[in-house]
Formats: sequence, C-alpha cells, structure tokens
Amino acid sequence: MKADKLTSLRPGEKAIIHSLDDAEISVKLLEMGCTPGEEVTLEKVAPLGDPIAVRIAGYLLSMRLSEAETVTIRKVASN
Amino acid sequence: MENAGQKSVLKRKVALIGNPNSGKSTLFNALTGLNQRTGNFPGVTVDKKTALVRKQFGKQEVEFSYIDLPGTYSLYAKSMDEEVATNVLVDKSNPDFPDLVLIVADATSLKRSLFLAGQIIDLNLPCVLALNMMDDAQKAGISIDVQRLSNRLGIPVVPVSARNKTGLEELEQVLSEHNELPAYRFLDAASISWPAVNLVLKSFAAENIKEYPALYKAHQLFATDEKWREQLADAGFSPNTAQAEESLLRYGVIARHLEACVGKATGNAGFTQKIDRWITHKVWGYVIFLLIMLAVFQSIFYLAEYPMSWIESGFAWIQELILTSFPEGVLTDLIVNGLLAGLSGVVIFIPQIALLFFFIAMLEDSGYMARVSFIMDKLMRKIGLHGRSVIPLISGMACAVPAIMGTRTISNWKERIITIMVTPLMSCSARLPVYTLLISLVIPDKMVGGIFHLQGLVLMGMYVLGFVTAIAAAWVMNKIIKGKGRSWFIMELPVYRMPKWSNVFYLIYEKVKIFLVDAGKVILAVAVVLWFMVSFGPGDEFKQNQSRISEMEDVLENRVDFTSDKYNDHEFRDQLIYMDSLKADSINAALSILNSRQLELSYAGRLGKIIEPAIAPLGYDWKIGISLITSLAAREVFVGTMATIYGAGDDENIVPIRERMAVEKHADSGLPVYSFATAVSLLIFYAFALQCISTIAIVKRETKSWKWPAIQFTFMGALAWVASFITYQLLK
Ligand SMILES: Nc1nc2c(ncn2[C@@H]2O[C@H](COP(=O)(O)OP(=O)(O)OP(=O)(O)O)[C@@H](O)[C@H]2O)c(=O)[nH]1
Ligand SMILES: [Mg+2]
Repeated sequence: MKADKLTSLRPGEKAIIHSLDDAEISVKLLEMGCTPGEEVTLEKVAPLGDPIAVRIAGYLLSMRLSEAETVTIRKVASN
Repeated sequence: MENAGQKSVLKRKVALIGNPNSGKSTLFNALTGLNQRTGNFPGVTVDKKTALVRKQFGKQEVEFSYIDLPGTYSLYAKSMDEEVATNVLVDKSNPDFPDLVLIVADATSLKRSLFLAGQIIDLNLPCVLALNMMDDAQKAGISIDVQRLSNRLGIPVVPVSARNKTGLEELEQVLSEHNELPAYRFLDAASISWPAVNLVLKSFAAENIKEYPALYKAHQLFATDEKWREQLADAGFSPNTAQAEESLLRYGVIARHLEACVGKATGNAGFTQKIDRWITHKVWGYVIFLLIMLAVFQSIFYLAEYPMSWIESGFAWIQELILTSFPEGVLTDLIVNGLLAGLSGVVIFIPQIALLFFFIAMLEDSGYMARVSFIMDKLMRKIGLHGRSVIPLISGMACAVPAIMGTRTISNWKERIITIMVTPLMSCSARLPVYTLLISLVIPDKMVGGIFHLQGLVLMGMYVLGFVTAIAAAWVMNKIIKGKGRSWFIMELPVYRMPKWSNVFYLIYEKVKIFLVDAGKVILAVAVVLWFMVSFGPGDEFKQNQSRISEMEDVLENRVDFTSDKYNDHEFRDQLIYMDSLKADSINAALSILNSRQLELSYAGRLGKIIEPAIAPLGYDWKIGISLITSLAAREVFVGTMATIYGAGDDENIVPIRERMAVEKHADSGLPVYSFATAVSLLIFYAFALQCISTIAIVKRETKSWKWPAIQFTFMGALAWVASFITYQLLK
C-alpha cells in the first residue's frame, strides 16, 4: 500500500481515501461522503479524460481531475 | 376546552427537504395530488412550491400546508437553489418557516442522506424522516431496521415509496400528530469550535438557542457581518475548517448508526453500469448523443406532419363555413381574418410542441441528462460554461424561461451568467412554427441518402446553428466577463430509471396547455390589434381607396347573366361573353392593384413602410417588417401575422398561409417575395433575435438587474441583423 492521488486509479480499481488536501474542495467532498477511510472505485472516465466518476458510499459521484487531484488515496492491493 | 359544535382545524406547515433527486417532488405530488415537475437528475426543482391539503384523522381535521423545496446536500448552501431550501429552515421569521420538517432520504444511499438529516436534527426542529425509494432499496437487497434507526435518531422514521405511493397513510398519520423536538442531538457541535459557539450563545442569550444553531449562526455572521468576522476570526474560527470538522464528525456518527441498522447485500447497479459503458464511451458517447438528437428532429418534422395537415384543413373549413353562413361585415371579418387566422397559427403547432416535450421529458426522466453534462463538462469549461450548463441549453430547446431558472443550480456566478446569456440562442419551441413555415416554403421535400428528409435535416440544422452560436457567444463572453469564485463538478450521477409514463404525458398535456393559453393570449391580442391596423388607415386616402374597391366589386357582381333565354343567337352571345371576360379581367387586375394598395395605406402598412429601409438590406419587404414588429411580443406571432396580413387583401378564398406566401410577388419586379435568399435570411433572423418578452422578464428576475437583459437584447438583435444581412447579400 502506498499513498497516491485519486487520479492515478485505473477504471475498476479500488482504493481507500486517505486525506483531502484542498480546504475549499474538501468541504464539498466531505459533505458528499468522501471521508477518509471510505472505499472508492473508479467507475468511469468521460470521453475526453475529464471528469471522472467514482463509486463511493453506494452511489456514483463525478468530479473533475483537478478535484480528484486533491484527494490522496491508498490503493487496495488487487487480489 | 373546545366547543363541541365547532370543528377546529389543526394547521400544520410541513417543509420537504432532502438531497437532490431523493424524490421530494414525487412525494409532494403523492401527498398533495399536484403535478410538480419531477425528473431523474439532481436539481429539477429550483423554487419553492406550496399546496394545501385537508385530511380527516379520526375526529381531528388537519390542514397541511406542504412546501416542496429544491434539494441540498447540506445546510451550507453553495448555489442559489440550495439557498432557497436552507433559507426556509434557518429563518424563523420566514413566512414558510415550517411547524414540522419532513426529511426525505434516499434509502439506497442512506449514508449521504443522513448527513443532512443530522444537521436538521441538530437545528432542533420537530422533524420526521421519510425513507423514500424503499422499492429500489429492496431490489438492491438493502435491509433497514426502521424502528432501531428511529430510536437512535430520536425522531419518527417512516419507510415509503413515493413513486409507488406506498407507506403514505402511515406517513400522513405521523405528520398529523408529531410535534416533539428530536429526542437527542445528533452531534456535539460545541466541540467543533467552542470559542465561536460560546461567543454567539452569549450575544444571543435572549434567544435561548442550542449549540448547533449557534455554530450555524456563527457561519452566517462570518459571511455577512464585518464586525463579527473579525471577532470570530480572533476566536480562531475558520468556516472551512469548521465545516470540514463537522462533516468528519457527522460521518463518524452516521457510520455507527448504519452499522447498527442497515444490513447490506452486495449493492449492484449492474443495469446502470451496462448502459453507461455505451453512453459515456469515448466515441459512442458522442455518436449516441448525436443520433438521439437527429431522431428527435426527424420525428418532430415528419411524425407531426399528419396531425398538422388535419388541423390546417380543419381551420380552413371553419373559416369557409363562417364566411358563407354569416353576413359579410366587420365582425365576420374580425373573426375570420383576425381571430381564427391567429388561432390556427397556434393550434397547428400542437403536435410538434407535444413531440418536443415528449423527447425532452424522456431525456430528463431516464437519467440521461446528467450523463450529457458529464461527457460535455470538459468542452463546456473551455468556453466558460459548466457541464451543468448543458441541461438549461437542452431544455432551452423547449422554452428558455424555465431553462434560465434552471441555471440556479450552477454555483459559479460567471458560469451562470454566461449560461443565462446564451440560453435564448437555443432554438425554442416558439421558433418551431416560424422555421416550419419558412422551411416548407423554400426547401424541397426530398429524401437524402435514402432515409433522411431534407426538410427535417434543415430543421435540425437550425437547431445546430442555435447551439453553435450559443457556444461561440459563450466563448466570447468568457473573454470579456470578469469571473470570480471557484467552480466544481462534484455531482451525483443518478441511476437510470424508466420514465414514469403518466408523468411524461401529464407534462406534455401541461405544456401544450400553457403553450395554447399563454401563447394564445398574446397571439389573440396581437391578432386583434393587427386586424384593426390592417383594416383601418389614417387620412382620406384609405377610405377613398376602400370605396373604389367596393364600387368595382359592385360592377363585377352586377354583370349580365348570359344564360337567360333571351340569347337565341349563340354566336353573338359567345362574342358578348368574350368581351365581358375581357372587361372582367381588366377590372380584376385593377382591383388587385387597389387591394394591395389598401394594405399599404393602412396603419400597419404605414408602420411597415417606416421600418422598410432598415430591413430592406436583409431582403424583407414592409409586410415582413410588420411581422418582425409583432413578433417582439413572442416569436410564434409571426405565423398569425402572416395569415392576417395576407388574409386582409383577400376575402374570397381561404388558402393555407404557406400556399398564399408561396405565390406572393413583389409589386414592382414580379419576382417572388419569399425567394430562397429572403426565406433563409428570415430563418437566420429568427434564430438569433431575442423576440420574447417572457425571456426578458425572467432574465431581469434571475439576475436582479436590467443590465443583463438589456445587453442580451442588444447583442442578439445586432447579431440577427448582421447575420441576416450577410446571408441575404451572399444568396441573392
Ligand atoms: N424507484 C423509485 N423512484 C422514485 C421514487 N420517488 C422518486 N423516484 C424517482 O426519482 C427521481 C427524482 O424524483 P424527484 O421527485 O424529481 O426528486 P427531487 O428530490 O424533487 O429532486 P430535485 O428537485 O432535483 O431536488 C424521479 O425519476 C422519480 O421518478 C421511489 O419511491 N421509488
Ligand atoms: Mg424536486
């Protein structure tokens, strides 16, 4: 397990949120349930590579790459 | 004690609040029997709506006043629509301040729903939690221990399914009798920023508020009051940190509640995932989007054709009937050429309007709309818009007015203003009548590539033109308008749902009714004024011309009857008939000159003549000028105006307006008025000009100033003139 950005996930990959690094954006993300310790799965990437959509807290949440960049994660070792 | 003979009605104000797309409006409709707009994307409702319902509970009659509100994820509103919702809850002097808050939670994403619920519990208001979408939760295998959740939260919890109308009776029962404040607080808010809470508690000691309301007040004071901002900052209060801290604590509490009350099966959104693989695919995503749009326009043009022609001939029949069975006179003329001509101009477009709204409702209800903003965000951002701007832009194809209200969900001021400014460039349903008429006039009815109708393609081209221009205008404005504030795309993508057909059809019915009544009112008013203006004129010239016309008509009518027995000499009779026909021809020719002169001499004609120099370079004559003026009220008036103007010179024959326009010739040159160049130039003019009073009014309301509607009217008008000028000069 190593620290990474949410943007480094590939479609289908799972990770655990570690920390949120931007004060303003973290307020919004936290309200929507992106809290440290929560599991995220990258579910889809928009055709032009941005924004992305992750499955979190049981629903699908979209965000721009610039926003995903502020989220530090730890990848869950796959299999 | 109450007087036994006098029934007392218990009044209860209930506000529905919850996350966007949690089904508040659907529940509101189920409770009140109304038909508020619902749709499967976050941010459908952007304004509040109240309805009264009386219900008998045993001996007690209760009058509920339900308030449907926009959705929000938290009490810290981040856009205008969210503010509408939170304002109702936090300001006790607000007339909509509820006796009871009905928190609507989406049972399939309870975690996120409980966040807002916890905040409301901590506001210390009487509240009830409705666990909505229980049907979906069951399908997904989520089991919720409702009683336990209720015990832990300290408020009543009622499972319902608003869409299937289950659980409503229990809910109403609870709403009628529940009065208590929450049994416990959700969170120890003081620990978040004790100095700030303390400061507020002391200053507002008289109001006797609790800790979380005090913290919330600290946030509000920090945002609005200079002095407080300093004081709070000195006490170490920072809104962002406090909000982040609060969220972390709340989700901590929520995790424990969920642990105790929710049994989770493996959540599967398999259906949504499968569809999404195509809809948001790199290539197919855009291809599908284009194909959908293409299908929409093809069917608007061709499916609607049959009912439209029935309506057209129906009206012609009624007009004939009235002309033949009523005495000739001013009143008959007003009815046939003023009212009926104007009315047929509206009614004929019902099939197209209905189809357009059907498609838009499908896009909105299925969940596709949110995907479109998802795949478009990156492109939109480049030109100063937001992915969400796509929703107002698409619904602007129906009508710009609700679309502009819908921009409230865009939290960034600059992105919102630009969206408002360019939305009226999208081709709305009011332009459809104008486009249809002009296209069918000059574009041949041919097939292209075997499957596409040329006229349908051109119609779609008009919509593309509107869209492309909107994009270009946004790009320019992005360079000019100075922006402030951050923008984000942190948004829920809803699961796909089958549209609810009863909803879709009700929406169509409703929209057609509004179109008929609202547009109808304007059109009829304009038609009456216009009829007056073409039927009367200033000075003696008009009257003189009129009496000459009627004298010549007398001469024509009193012609010799050659069928009588008197003419035994058939050869001579045929000569007489020939001479008579020569005479009739020359009288008819003179009459038609007088008739067209009559219109020119009328008030409308004089007005048209005045503006003719300004529009002649665009290829328009003064008759078209008259319709441009009347269209300022609303675009669809164009068709009725045409009908009235061309009907005015010709009482004898009722022909559909399209056929009448096709044979219209320039008086001097004898060339057709509606040449290809003129018709295309007119199409362009209607595509760009802001001829809609309702839009101007709504932009004023949403931007709270006359500045933006004034800028909008001017730039769209200038664009229309210049583009039509270029078009005409190139094509003529
Ligand atoms: N399966 C299911 N779907 C529901 C239920 N209630 C609402 N829906 C659907 O959920 C979607 C959102 O419903 P709305 O009533 O528009 O939600 P809202 O909370 O008013 O949304 P906003 O106005 O955007 O905040 C619609 O597609 C509804 O048909 C329910 O009980 N079960
Ligand atoms: Mg709603």
